[in-house]
Amino acid sequence: MSQMLAQRDYFGKALRDLAKREDIVVLDADLAGSTKTSEFKKVCPERFVEIGIAEQNMIGISSGLAAEGKTVFATTFGVFATGRCWEQVRLCVAYPELNVKIVATHCGISVGEDGATHQALEDISLMRTMPNMTVISPADAYETYAATIAIADHEGPVYMRMGRSPVPTVSEEGEKFIMGQAKVLREGKDVTLFGTGQMVFNCIEAAEELEKEGVSAEVVNVSTIKPLDRDTVLASVSKTGCAVTAEEHSIIGGLGSAISELLSEELPSPVFRIGTGDIFGESGSPAELFVKYGLTSGDIGKAARKAMKKR
Amino acid sequence: MRLAKSETELKGIANRLRHHVIEMTSEAGSGHPGGSLSSADLMAVLYFRVMNHRPSDPSWDGRDRFILSKGHVAPILYASLAESGYFPVGELITLRKMNSRLQGHPVRGKLPGVEMSTGSLGQGLSMACGFAMAAKMDGKKHRVYCLVGDGELQSGMNWEAAMFASQYKLNNLVAFVDRNRLQISGCTEDVMGLEPLQRKWEAFGWRAITVDGHNIANLIEACTWAKRARTRPTVIIMNTVKGKGVSFMENNVAFHGKSCNADEKVCAENELEEAMRSCR
Repeated sequence: MSQMLAQRDYFGKALRDLAKREDIVVLDADLAGSTKTSEFKKVCPERFVEIGIAEQNMIGISSGLAAEGKTVFATTFGVFATGRCWEQVRLCVAYPELNVKIVATHCGISVGEDGATHQALEDISLMRTMPNMTVISPADAYETYAATIAIADHEGPVYMRMGRSPVPTVSEEGEKFIMGQAKVLREGKDVTLFGTGQMVFNCIEAAEELEKEGVSAEVVNVSTIKPLDRDTVLASVSKTGCAVTAEEHSIIGGLGSAISELLSEELPSPVFRIGTGDIFGESGSPAELFVKYGLTSGDIGKAARKAMKKR
Repeated sequence: MRLAKSETELKGIANRLRHHVIEMTSEAGSGHPGGSLSSADLMAVLYFRVMNHRPSDPSWDGRDRFILSKGHVAPILYASLAESGYFPVGELITLRKMNSRLQGHPVRGKLPGVEMSTGSLGQGLSMACGFAMAAKMDGKKHRVYCLVGDGELQSGMNWEAAMFASQYKLNNLVAFVDRNRLQISGCTEDVMGLEPLQRKWEAFGWRAITVDGHNIANLIEACTWAKRARTRPTVIIMNTVKGKGVSFMENNVAFHGKSCNADEKVCAENELEEAMRSCR
Protein backbone atom coordinates (compact mmCIF):
# COMPACT_ATOMS: atom_id res chain seq x y z
CA MET A 1 0.00 0.00 0.00
CA SER A 2 1.13 3.47 -0.79
CA GLN A 3 2.16 5.67 2.10
CA MET A 4 2.62 9.43 2.31
CA LEU A 5 6.26 10.11 3.17
CA ALA A 6 8.50 13.14 2.65
CA GLN A 7 11.52 12.53 0.47
CA ARG A 8 13.66 14.92 2.49
CA ASP A 9 13.09 12.88 5.64
CA TYR A 10 14.57 9.87 3.88
CA PHE A 11 17.41 11.95 2.48
CA GLY A 12 18.20 12.89 6.09
CA LYS A 13 18.03 9.24 7.17
CA ALA A 14 20.36 8.21 4.36
CA LEU A 15 22.89 10.88 5.28
CA ARG A 16 22.77 9.75 8.89
CA ASP A 17 23.49 6.20 7.75
CA LEU A 18 26.33 7.44 5.55
CA ALA A 19 27.97 9.30 8.43
CA LYS A 20 30.14 6.30 9.27
CA ARG A 21 31.97 6.89 6.00
CA GLU A 22 34.77 9.26 6.88
CA ASP A 23 34.99 10.82 3.44
CA ILE A 24 31.45 12.21 3.64
CA VAL A 25 31.14 15.93 4.35
CA VAL A 26 27.79 17.74 4.40
CA LEU A 27 27.51 21.45 3.65
CA ASP A 28 24.51 23.49 4.66
CA ALA A 29 23.44 27.03 3.80
CA ASP A 30 21.28 27.76 6.85
CA LEU A 31 18.54 25.30 5.90
CA ALA A 32 19.52 22.14 7.79
CA GLY A 33 16.12 21.89 9.46
CA SER A 34 14.36 22.06 6.10
CA THR A 35 16.70 19.90 4.02
CA LYS A 36 17.02 17.44 6.92
CA THR A 37 20.81 17.54 6.87
CA SER A 38 20.26 18.24 10.57
CA GLU A 39 20.04 14.43 10.86
CA PHE A 40 23.67 14.16 9.74
CA LYS A 41 24.71 16.97 12.06
CA LYS A 42 23.25 15.09 15.04
CA VAL A 43 25.51 12.11 14.51
CA CYS A 44 28.50 13.75 12.87
CA PRO A 45 28.90 17.44 13.78
CA GLU A 46 32.61 17.38 12.88
CA ARG A 47 31.89 16.75 9.21
CA PHE A 48 28.87 19.01 9.00
CA VAL A 49 29.87 22.47 7.80
CA GLU A 50 27.55 25.44 8.18
CA ILE A 51 28.20 27.98 5.42
CA GLY A 52 25.48 30.48 6.21
CA ILE A 53 23.29 32.11 3.58
CA ALA A 54 26.05 32.06 0.98
CA GLU A 55 25.28 29.35 -1.56
CA GLN A 56 27.88 30.42 -4.11
CA ASN A 57 30.57 30.20 -1.46
CA MET A 58 29.19 26.78 -0.51
CA ILE A 59 29.77 25.49 -4.03
CA GLY A 60 33.30 26.94 -4.11
CA ILE A 61 34.10 25.31 -0.77
CA SER A 62 32.64 22.01 -1.94
CA SER A 63 35.13 21.94 -4.80
CA GLY A 64 38.18 22.41 -2.56
CA LEU A 65 36.96 19.71 -0.19
CA ALA A 66 36.27 17.31 -3.05
CA ALA A 67 39.67 17.99 -4.60
CA GLU A 68 41.13 16.77 -1.30
CA GLY A 69 39.24 13.49 -1.50
CA LYS A 70 36.02 14.27 0.33
CA THR A 71 32.63 13.14 -0.93
CA VAL A 72 30.70 16.34 -0.50
CA PHE A 73 26.95 16.85 -0.19
CA ALA A 74 26.13 20.51 -0.84
CA THR A 75 22.54 21.10 0.13
CA THR A 76 19.94 23.83 -0.12
CA PHE A 77 16.66 24.59 -1.94
CA GLY A 78 16.44 23.91 -5.66
CA VAL A 79 16.12 27.53 -6.72
CA PHE A 80 19.36 28.47 -4.98
CA ALA A 81 21.33 25.31 -5.73
CA THR A 82 20.83 25.55 -9.47
CA GLY A 83 19.86 29.14 -10.17
CA ARG A 84 21.87 31.31 -7.86
CA CYS A 85 24.93 29.07 -8.14
CA TRP A 86 24.73 27.93 -11.74
CA GLU A 87 28.05 29.32 -12.84
CA GLN A 88 29.77 28.30 -9.61
CA VAL A 89 28.54 24.75 -10.19
CA ARG A 90 29.86 24.96 -13.74
CA LEU A 91 33.37 26.18 -12.86
CA CYS A 92 33.93 24.61 -9.45
CA VAL A 93 32.20 21.25 -9.82
CA ALA A 94 31.23 20.21 -13.34
CA TYR A 95 34.25 21.44 -15.32
CA PRO A 96 36.86 19.87 -12.98
CA GLU A 97 34.54 16.84 -12.59
CA LEU A 98 34.70 16.82 -8.81
CA ASN A 99 32.94 14.50 -6.43
CA VAL A 100 30.22 16.87 -5.26
CA LYS A 101 26.57 15.90 -4.81
CA ILE A 102 24.33 18.91 -5.07
CA VAL A 103 21.13 17.88 -3.39
CA ALA A 104 18.15 20.20 -3.48
CA THR A 105 14.88 20.00 -1.62
CA HIS A 106 11.82 22.22 -2.20
CA CYS A 107 11.73 21.60 -5.93
CA GLY A 108 8.58 21.84 -7.96
CA ILE A 109 5.32 23.70 -7.54
CA SER A 110 4.31 21.54 -4.56
CA VAL A 111 6.44 23.87 -2.42
CA GLY A 112 3.04 25.55 -2.32
CA GLU A 113 2.35 28.54 -0.13
CA ASP A 114 5.84 30.12 -0.33
CA GLY A 115 5.08 30.94 -3.94
CA ALA A 116 7.08 31.37 -7.11
CA THR A 117 10.33 32.62 -5.57
CA HIS A 118 10.81 29.25 -3.88
CA GLN A 119 9.34 26.89 -6.47
CA ALA A 120 12.16 25.48 -8.60
CA LEU A 121 10.65 24.76 -12.02
CA GLU A 122 13.79 25.24 -14.10
CA ASP A 123 16.38 23.27 -12.12
CA ILE A 124 16.39 20.07 -14.19
CA SER A 125 16.85 22.11 -17.32
CA LEU A 126 19.67 24.16 -15.80
CA MET A 127 21.59 21.12 -14.59
CA ARG A 128 20.90 18.90 -17.57
CA THR A 129 22.63 21.27 -19.97
CA MET A 130 25.85 21.16 -18.00
CA PRO A 131 28.57 18.74 -19.19
CA ASN A 132 29.70 16.06 -16.70
CA MET A 133 26.54 16.47 -14.62
CA THR A 134 24.27 13.57 -13.69
CA VAL A 135 20.66 14.54 -12.90
CA ILE A 136 18.48 12.47 -10.58
CA SER A 137 14.88 12.97 -9.51
CA PRO A 138 13.64 10.13 -7.27
CA ALA A 139 9.97 9.29 -7.26
CA ASP A 140 9.34 8.81 -3.56
CA ALA A 141 10.90 8.63 -0.11
CA TYR A 142 12.23 5.07 -0.42
CA GLU A 143 13.82 5.76 -3.76
CA THR A 144 15.32 8.96 -2.34
CA TYR A 145 16.98 6.94 0.41
CA ALA A 146 18.39 4.41 -2.05
CA ALA A 147 19.47 7.11 -4.50
CA THR A 148 21.31 9.01 -1.78
CA ILE A 149 23.35 5.89 -0.98
CA ALA A 150 23.94 5.27 -4.69
CA ILE A 151 25.18 8.77 -5.50
CA ALA A 152 27.54 8.64 -2.51
CA ASP A 153 29.10 5.55 -4.11
CA HIS A 154 29.34 7.21 -7.51
CA GLU A 155 32.46 9.22 -8.32
CA GLY A 156 31.62 12.55 -9.96
CA PRO A 157 29.20 15.48 -9.98
CA VAL A 158 25.53 14.75 -9.35
CA TYR A 159 22.46 16.93 -9.01
CA MET A 160 19.54 15.35 -7.14
CA ARG A 161 16.19 17.06 -6.63
CA MET A 162 13.18 16.39 -4.44
CA GLY A 163 10.10 18.18 -3.20
CA ARG A 164 9.07 19.52 0.18
CA SER A 165 5.77 17.79 0.92
CA PRO A 166 5.02 14.16 1.72
CA VAL A 167 4.42 12.17 -1.48
CA PRO A 168 2.86 8.73 -2.06
CA THR A 169 5.32 5.85 -2.23
CA VAL A 170 5.57 3.97 -5.50
CA SER A 171 8.52 1.73 -4.62
CA GLU A 172 9.35 -0.73 -1.88
CA GLU A 173 11.59 0.04 1.06
CA GLY A 174 15.00 -1.51 0.44
CA GLU A 175 14.65 -1.57 -3.35
CA LYS A 176 18.03 -1.05 -4.99
CA PHE A 177 18.62 2.13 -6.95
CA ILE A 178 20.68 1.84 -10.09
CA MET A 179 21.83 5.15 -11.54
CA GLY A 180 20.99 5.53 -15.19
CA GLN A 181 18.24 2.93 -15.14
CA ALA A 182 14.58 3.76 -15.78
CA LYS A 183 12.06 1.32 -14.34
CA VAL A 184 8.93 0.03 -16.02
CA LEU A 185 6.42 0.04 -13.16
CA ARG A 186 3.42 -1.08 -15.17
CA GLU A 187 3.34 -2.65 -18.59
CA GLY A 188 1.03 -1.48 -21.34
CA LYS A 189 0.76 -1.38 -25.11
CA ASP A 190 -1.15 1.77 -26.16
CA VAL A 191 0.84 4.67 -24.71
CA THR A 192 3.89 5.16 -22.48
CA LEU A 193 3.66 7.51 -19.50
CA PHE A 194 7.17 8.64 -18.54
CA GLY A 195 7.16 10.23 -15.09
CA THR A 196 9.77 11.62 -12.76
CA GLY A 197 9.61 12.65 -9.10
CA GLN A 198 6.19 12.59 -7.49
CA MET A 199 4.58 12.72 -10.94
CA VAL A 200 5.30 9.00 -11.22
CA PHE A 201 2.44 8.42 -8.81
CA ASN A 202 0.14 10.59 -10.92
CA CYS A 203 1.15 8.53 -13.96
CA ILE A 204 0.17 5.33 -12.15
CA GLU A 205 -3.19 6.87 -11.22
CA ALA A 206 -3.67 8.01 -14.81
CA ALA A 207 -2.88 4.51 -16.07
CA GLU A 208 -5.49 3.07 -13.73
CA GLU A 209 -8.10 5.56 -14.95
CA LEU A 210 -7.18 4.86 -18.58
CA GLU A 211 -7.51 1.15 -18.01
CA LYS A 212 -11.17 1.64 -17.08
CA GLU A 213 -11.62 3.23 -20.49
CA GLY A 214 -9.91 0.32 -22.19
CA VAL A 215 -6.54 2.00 -22.74
CA SER A 216 -3.44 0.05 -21.79
CA ALA A 217 -0.79 2.51 -20.54
CA GLU A 218 2.80 1.64 -19.69
CA VAL A 219 4.30 3.59 -16.78
CA VAL A 220 8.04 4.24 -16.61
CA ASN A 221 9.79 5.89 -13.67
CA VAL A 222 12.61 7.95 -15.11
CA SER A 223 14.48 8.80 -11.93
CA THR A 224 17.77 9.36 -13.72
CA ILE A 225 17.08 12.10 -16.22
CA LYS A 226 20.69 12.37 -17.31
CA PRO A 227 22.16 10.13 -18.57
CA LEU A 228 18.82 9.04 -19.98
CA ASP A 229 18.14 5.30 -20.14
CA ARG A 230 17.85 5.22 -23.92
CA ASP A 231 17.23 1.51 -24.19
CA THR A 232 14.26 1.47 -21.83
CA VAL A 233 12.71 4.57 -23.41
CA LEU A 234 13.11 3.29 -26.97
CA ALA A 235 11.92 -0.22 -26.13
CA SER A 236 8.77 1.11 -24.53
CA VAL A 237 7.87 3.57 -27.30
CA SER A 238 8.68 0.97 -29.97
CA LYS A 239 5.87 -1.00 -28.42
CA THR A 240 3.34 1.77 -27.70
CA GLY A 241 4.13 4.24 -30.49
CA CYS A 242 3.43 7.38 -28.44
CA ALA A 243 4.26 8.94 -25.11
CA VAL A 244 3.37 11.42 -22.38
CA THR A 245 6.02 12.89 -20.10
CA ALA A 246 5.14 14.15 -16.63
CA GLU A 247 7.29 16.26 -14.36
CA GLU A 248 6.80 18.83 -11.64
CA HIS A 249 8.95 21.22 -13.65
CA SER A 250 8.73 23.43 -16.70
CA ILE A 251 8.02 21.61 -19.94
CA ILE A 252 11.03 23.49 -21.31
CA GLY A 253 14.31 21.67 -20.82
CA GLY A 254 13.32 18.94 -18.40
CA LEU A 255 12.27 15.31 -18.73
CA GLY A 256 9.87 16.12 -21.57
CA SER A 257 12.64 17.72 -23.56
CA ALA A 258 15.06 14.87 -22.86
CA ILE A 259 12.58 12.24 -24.06
CA SER A 260 11.55 14.33 -27.08
CA GLU A 261 15.16 14.88 -28.11
CA LEU A 262 15.88 11.16 -28.02
CA LEU A 263 12.70 10.13 -29.81
CA SER A 264 12.96 12.78 -32.52
CA GLU A 265 16.33 11.37 -33.55
CA GLU A 266 15.84 7.66 -32.97
CA LEU A 267 12.13 6.93 -33.15
CA PRO A 268 9.94 9.89 -34.18
CA SER A 269 6.69 9.50 -32.23
CA PRO A 270 4.03 11.82 -30.79
CA VAL A 271 5.03 13.09 -27.33
CA PHE A 272 2.88 15.28 -25.11
CA ARG A 273 4.57 17.01 -22.20
CA ILE A 274 2.90 17.50 -18.85
CA GLY A 275 4.57 20.09 -16.65
CA THR A 276 4.30 23.77 -15.96
CA GLY A 277 4.23 26.01 -19.01
CA ASP A 278 6.36 29.02 -19.78
CA ILE A 279 5.17 30.63 -16.58
CA PHE A 280 6.09 31.15 -12.91
CA GLY A 281 4.15 29.50 -10.09
CA GLU A 282 2.28 31.21 -7.25
CA SER A 283 1.10 30.65 -3.67
CA GLY A 284 -1.53 28.03 -2.95
CA SER A 285 -1.89 24.54 -1.60
CA PRO A 286 -0.04 21.87 -3.59
CA ALA A 287 -3.34 20.24 -4.57
CA GLU A 288 -4.85 23.49 -5.84
CA LEU A 289 -1.67 24.31 -7.74
CA PHE A 290 -1.58 20.87 -9.37
CA VAL A 291 -5.07 21.50 -10.73
CA LYS A 292 -4.39 25.04 -11.91
CA TYR A 293 -1.07 24.15 -13.57
CA GLY A 294 -2.34 20.96 -15.20
CA LEU A 295 -0.35 18.33 -13.32
CA THR A 296 -3.11 15.95 -12.21
CA SER A 297 -3.65 12.36 -13.29
CA GLY A 298 -6.63 13.63 -15.30
CA ASP A 299 -4.35 15.95 -17.25
CA ILE A 300 -1.99 13.06 -17.95
CA GLY A 301 -4.87 10.90 -19.12
CA LYS A 302 -6.10 13.62 -21.52
CA ALA A 303 -2.59 14.01 -22.90
CA ALA A 304 -2.38 10.23 -23.40
CA ARG A 305 -5.53 10.25 -25.52
CA LYS A 306 -4.18 13.14 -27.61
CA ALA A 307 -0.88 11.31 -28.13
CA MET A 308 -2.69 8.15 -29.22
CA LYS A 309 -4.74 10.12 -31.76
CA LYS A 310 -1.59 11.59 -33.30
CA ARG A 311 0.06 8.20 -33.61
CA MET B 1 62.27 21.72 -4.40
CA ARG B 2 65.71 23.34 -4.41
CA LEU B 3 65.51 26.65 -2.61
CA ALA B 4 66.75 29.68 -4.47
CA LYS B 5 69.57 31.13 -2.44
CA SER B 6 69.41 34.86 -2.69
CA GLU B 7 67.00 37.68 -3.32
CA THR B 8 69.01 38.55 -6.41
CA GLU B 9 68.58 35.05 -7.73
CA LEU B 10 64.80 35.22 -7.11
CA LYS B 11 64.66 38.57 -8.90
CA GLY B 12 66.40 36.91 -11.83
CA ILE B 13 63.89 34.06 -11.81
CA ALA B 14 60.99 36.54 -11.72
CA ASN B 15 62.35 38.23 -14.83
CA ARG B 16 62.86 34.89 -16.54
CA LEU B 17 59.19 34.11 -15.81
CA ARG B 18 58.26 37.51 -17.28
CA HIS B 19 60.31 36.69 -20.36
CA HIS B 20 58.32 33.47 -20.81
CA VAL B 21 55.06 35.39 -20.42
CA ILE B 22 55.99 37.81 -23.22
CA GLU B 23 57.10 34.98 -25.48
CA MET B 24 54.06 32.78 -24.77
CA THR B 25 51.43 35.46 -25.16
CA SER B 26 53.07 36.91 -28.28
CA GLU B 27 53.26 33.46 -29.83
CA ALA B 28 49.60 32.89 -28.94
CA GLY B 29 48.59 36.33 -30.22
CA SER B 30 46.42 36.79 -27.15
CA GLY B 31 46.36 36.32 -23.40
CA HIS B 32 46.83 38.53 -20.36
CA PRO B 33 50.40 39.75 -19.96
CA GLY B 34 49.74 42.80 -17.74
CA GLY B 35 48.57 40.98 -14.60
CA SER B 36 51.01 38.16 -15.27
CA LEU B 37 53.91 40.58 -15.04
CA SER B 38 52.60 42.27 -11.89
CA SER B 39 52.48 38.96 -10.03
CA ALA B 40 55.80 37.56 -11.30
CA ASP B 41 57.84 38.45 -8.21
CA LEU B 42 55.36 36.73 -5.90
CA MET B 43 55.29 33.63 -8.10
CA ALA B 44 59.10 33.41 -8.02
CA VAL B 45 59.06 33.74 -4.23
CA LEU B 46 56.33 31.12 -3.82
CA TYR B 47 57.57 28.47 -6.25
CA PHE B 48 61.30 28.90 -5.58
CA ARG B 49 61.42 29.78 -1.92
CA VAL B 50 58.26 29.63 0.20
CA MET B 51 56.15 26.68 -0.89
CA ASN B 52 56.86 23.05 -0.05
CA HIS B 53 56.33 21.14 -3.25
CA ARG B 54 57.80 18.39 -5.39
CA PRO B 55 57.54 19.01 -9.12
CA SER B 56 58.48 15.37 -9.78
CA ASP B 57 55.56 14.26 -7.60
CA PRO B 58 52.74 16.77 -8.20
CA SER B 59 50.22 14.88 -6.08
CA TRP B 60 52.54 14.56 -3.05
CA ASP B 61 50.15 14.82 -0.12
CA GLY B 62 52.35 17.12 1.94
CA ARG B 63 52.60 19.84 -0.71
CA ASP B 64 51.41 23.35 -0.13
CA ARG B 65 48.44 24.12 -2.38
CA PHE B 66 48.32 27.10 -4.73
CA ILE B 67 45.03 28.35 -6.18
CA LEU B 68 45.15 31.00 -8.89
CA SER B 69 41.86 32.84 -8.46
CA LYS B 70 42.78 35.36 -11.14
CA GLY B 71 42.93 32.54 -13.66
CA HIS B 72 43.47 34.85 -16.64
CA VAL B 73 47.11 35.21 -15.59
CA ALA B 74 47.59 31.54 -16.46
CA PRO B 75 50.80 32.40 -18.37
CA ILE B 76 52.66 33.30 -15.18
CA LEU B 77 51.42 30.13 -13.47
CA TYR B 78 52.46 27.98 -16.43
CA ALA B 79 55.87 29.66 -16.58
CA SER B 80 56.37 29.07 -12.83
CA LEU B 81 55.37 25.41 -13.11
CA ALA B 82 57.60 24.78 -16.13
CA GLU B 83 60.60 26.54 -14.58
CA SER B 84 60.07 24.52 -11.38
CA GLY B 85 60.14 21.31 -13.41
CA TYR B 86 56.51 20.20 -13.61
CA PHE B 87 56.67 19.96 -17.41
CA PRO B 88 59.14 20.96 -20.14
CA VAL B 89 59.75 24.67 -20.64
CA GLY B 90 59.49 24.04 -24.38
CA GLU B 91 55.79 23.33 -23.99
CA LEU B 92 55.09 26.91 -22.88
CA ILE B 93 54.76 28.17 -26.45
CA THR B 94 51.76 25.89 -27.02
CA LEU B 95 49.71 28.28 -24.85
CA ARG B 96 46.14 28.74 -26.16
CA LYS B 97 46.72 26.46 -29.17
CA MET B 98 44.57 23.52 -30.25
CA ASN B 99 45.24 20.35 -28.25
CA SER B 100 47.54 22.13 -25.80
CA ARG B 101 47.51 21.33 -22.09
CA LEU B 102 48.07 25.05 -21.59
CA GLN B 103 44.49 26.22 -21.95
CA GLY B 104 43.66 29.93 -21.98
CA HIS B 105 42.69 29.57 -18.33
CA PRO B 106 44.02 26.81 -16.01
CA VAL B 107 42.28 23.43 -15.94
CA ARG B 108 42.58 20.97 -13.09
CA GLY B 109 43.78 17.56 -14.21
CA LYS B 110 45.11 18.78 -17.52
CA LEU B 111 48.55 19.93 -16.45
CA PRO B 112 50.62 18.75 -13.48
CA GLY B 113 50.70 21.32 -10.68
CA VAL B 114 47.36 22.96 -11.48
CA GLU B 115 45.22 22.38 -8.39
CA MET B 116 41.97 23.82 -9.65
CA SER B 117 40.20 25.12 -12.72
CA THR B 118 39.82 28.88 -12.54
CA GLY B 119 39.25 31.80 -14.84
CA SER B 120 35.77 32.97 -14.06
CA LEU B 121 36.69 35.60 -11.51
CA GLY B 122 35.77 35.78 -7.87
CA GLN B 123 35.64 32.08 -7.07
CA GLY B 124 39.18 30.99 -6.16
CA LEU B 125 39.11 32.12 -2.55
CA SER B 126 36.06 29.93 -1.85
CA MET B 127 37.84 26.98 -3.44
CA ALA B 128 40.93 27.72 -1.34
CA CYS B 129 38.72 27.75 1.78
CA GLY B 130 37.59 24.23 0.86
CA PHE B 131 41.19 23.06 0.51
CA ALA B 132 42.11 24.67 3.83
CA MET B 133 39.05 23.22 5.57
CA ALA B 134 39.92 19.73 4.32
CA ALA B 135 43.45 20.09 5.71
CA LYS B 136 42.02 21.10 9.08
CA MET B 137 39.60 18.15 9.11
CA ASP B 138 42.43 15.73 8.34
CA GLY B 139 44.95 17.31 10.70
CA LYS B 140 47.37 18.06 7.86
CA LYS B 141 49.99 20.74 8.19
CA HIS B 142 50.38 22.10 4.68
CA ARG B 143 49.30 25.61 3.73
CA VAL B 144 46.92 26.89 1.08
CA TYR B 145 48.00 29.93 -0.92
CA CYS B 146 45.55 31.84 -3.08
CA LEU B 147 46.33 34.69 -5.46
CA VAL B 148 43.41 37.02 -6.11
CA GLY B 149 43.29 40.04 -8.37
CA ASP B 150 42.23 43.39 -6.97
CA GLY B 151 39.50 43.90 -9.57
CA GLU B 152 37.86 40.58 -8.77
CA LEU B 153 37.41 41.69 -5.16
CA GLN B 154 34.43 43.62 -6.48
CA SER B 155 32.70 40.25 -6.59
CA GLY B 156 30.71 39.44 -3.45
CA MET B 157 31.63 35.78 -3.31
CA ASN B 158 35.13 36.75 -2.13
CA TRP B 159 33.65 38.36 0.93
CA GLU B 160 31.48 35.32 1.64
CA ALA B 161 34.71 33.32 1.57
CA ALA B 162 36.45 35.90 3.76
CA MET B 163 33.73 35.51 6.41
CA PHE B 164 33.97 31.74 6.21
CA ALA B 165 37.77 31.63 6.59
CA SER B 166 37.56 33.83 9.63
CA GLN B 167 34.64 31.94 11.20
CA TYR B 168 36.48 28.61 10.85
CA LYS B 169 39.85 30.05 11.94
CA LEU B 170 41.64 28.96 8.78
CA ASN B 171 45.13 30.01 9.86
CA ASN B 172 46.52 27.69 7.16
CA LEU B 173 45.09 29.94 4.44
CA VAL B 174 47.09 32.81 2.94
CA ALA B 175 45.60 35.13 0.33
CA PHE B 176 47.64 37.51 -1.81
CA VAL B 177 45.98 40.47 -3.47
CA ASP B 178 47.72 41.66 -6.64
CA ARG B 179 46.92 45.33 -6.05
CA ASN B 180 47.93 46.75 -9.42
CA ARG B 181 44.95 49.12 -9.40
CA LEU B 182 44.00 48.44 -12.99
CA GLN B 183 41.21 46.35 -14.43
CA ILE B 184 40.06 46.02 -18.00
CA SER B 185 37.96 49.21 -18.02
CA GLY B 186 40.49 51.34 -16.14
CA CYS B 187 41.46 52.21 -12.57
CA THR B 188 39.79 50.04 -9.92
CA GLU B 189 38.91 53.10 -7.88
CA ASP B 190 37.02 54.60 -10.84
CA VAL B 191 35.30 51.38 -11.87
CA MET B 192 34.24 50.33 -8.36
CA GLY B 193 36.43 51.50 -5.52
CA LEU B 194 38.00 48.98 -3.15
CA GLU B 195 39.59 51.26 -0.59
CA PRO B 196 40.14 51.14 2.30
CA LEU B 197 41.16 47.63 1.30
CA GLN B 198 43.32 46.54 4.23
CA ARG B 199 40.71 47.73 6.71
CA LYS B 200 38.03 45.75 4.86
CA TRP B 201 40.00 42.54 5.33
CA GLU B 202 40.69 43.37 8.95
CA ALA B 203 37.00 44.00 9.52
CA PHE B 204 36.33 40.53 8.13
CA GLY B 205 38.62 39.06 10.79
CA TRP B 206 41.81 38.56 8.79
CA ARG B 207 45.40 39.41 9.66
CA ALA B 208 46.30 41.89 6.94
CA ILE B 209 49.51 43.50 5.78
CA THR B 210 50.34 45.68 2.78
CA VAL B 211 53.72 45.24 1.11
CA ASP B 212 55.64 46.26 -1.99
CA GLY B 213 54.82 43.39 -4.32
CA HIS B 214 58.02 43.85 -6.27
CA ASN B 215 60.33 43.76 -3.28
CA ILE B 216 61.54 40.19 -2.86
CA ALA B 217 62.67 40.68 0.74
CA ASN B 218 59.30 42.19 1.69
CA LEU B 219 57.43 39.31 0.11
CA ILE B 220 59.55 36.68 1.88
CA GLU B 221 59.13 38.48 5.17
CA ALA B 222 55.36 38.69 4.71
CA CYS B 223 55.16 34.96 3.96
CA THR B 224 57.14 34.23 7.13
CA TRP B 225 54.73 36.43 9.06
CA ALA B 226 51.81 34.51 7.49
CA LYS B 227 53.20 31.27 8.90
CA ARG B 228 52.86 32.64 12.40
CA ALA B 229 49.05 32.86 12.11
CA ARG B 230 47.44 31.10 15.06
CA THR B 231 43.71 31.60 14.78
CA ARG B 232 43.14 33.80 11.75
CA PRO B 233 43.67 33.64 8.00
CA THR B 234 46.25 36.02 6.52
CA VAL B 235 46.02 38.37 3.57
CA ILE B 236 49.05 40.01 1.99
CA ILE B 237 48.07 43.00 -0.11
CA MET B 238 50.82 43.54 -2.63
CA ASN B 239 51.10 46.99 -4.14
CA THR B 240 52.19 46.21 -7.67
CA VAL B 241 52.54 47.75 -11.10
CA LYS B 242 50.57 46.19 -13.91
CA GLY B 243 53.00 45.23 -16.70
CA LYS B 244 55.96 45.47 -14.29
CA GLY B 245 59.35 44.97 -15.89
CA VAL B 246 58.58 46.22 -19.39
CA SER B 247 58.66 50.02 -19.60
CA PHE B 248 55.92 50.55 -22.17
CA MET B 249 53.60 48.02 -20.53
CA GLU B 250 53.86 49.42 -17.01
CA ASN B 251 50.61 50.93 -15.76
CA ASN B 252 49.25 50.56 -19.28
CA VAL B 253 45.79 49.03 -19.14
CA ALA B 254 45.93 48.30 -22.88
CA PHE B 255 48.09 45.28 -22.04
CA HIS B 256 45.54 43.77 -19.64
CA GLY B 257 44.30 41.38 -22.27
CA LYS B 258 46.46 42.04 -25.32
CA SER B 259 49.80 40.52 -26.27
CA CYS B 260 52.82 42.31 -27.75
CA ASN B 261 53.16 42.63 -31.51
CA ALA B 262 56.44 41.60 -33.14
CA ASP B 263 58.25 44.90 -32.54
CA GLU B 264 56.97 45.27 -28.99
CA LYS B 265 58.02 41.70 -28.28
CA VAL B 266 61.62 42.44 -29.25
CA CYS B 267 61.71 45.57 -27.08
CA ALA B 268 60.14 43.77 -24.13
CA GLU B 269 62.49 40.83 -24.35
CA ASN B 270 65.51 43.12 -24.61
CA GLU B 271 64.49 44.95 -21.47
CA LEU B 272 63.91 41.73 -19.56
CA GLU B 273 67.17 40.18 -20.75
CA GLU B 274 68.98 43.28 -19.58
CA ALA B 275 67.26 42.98 -16.19
CA MET B 276 68.17 39.29 -15.97
CA ARG B 277 71.83 40.08 -16.68
CA SER B 278 71.86 42.58 -13.84
CA CYS B 279 70.61 39.85 -11.48
CA ARG B 280 73.58 37.58 -12.15
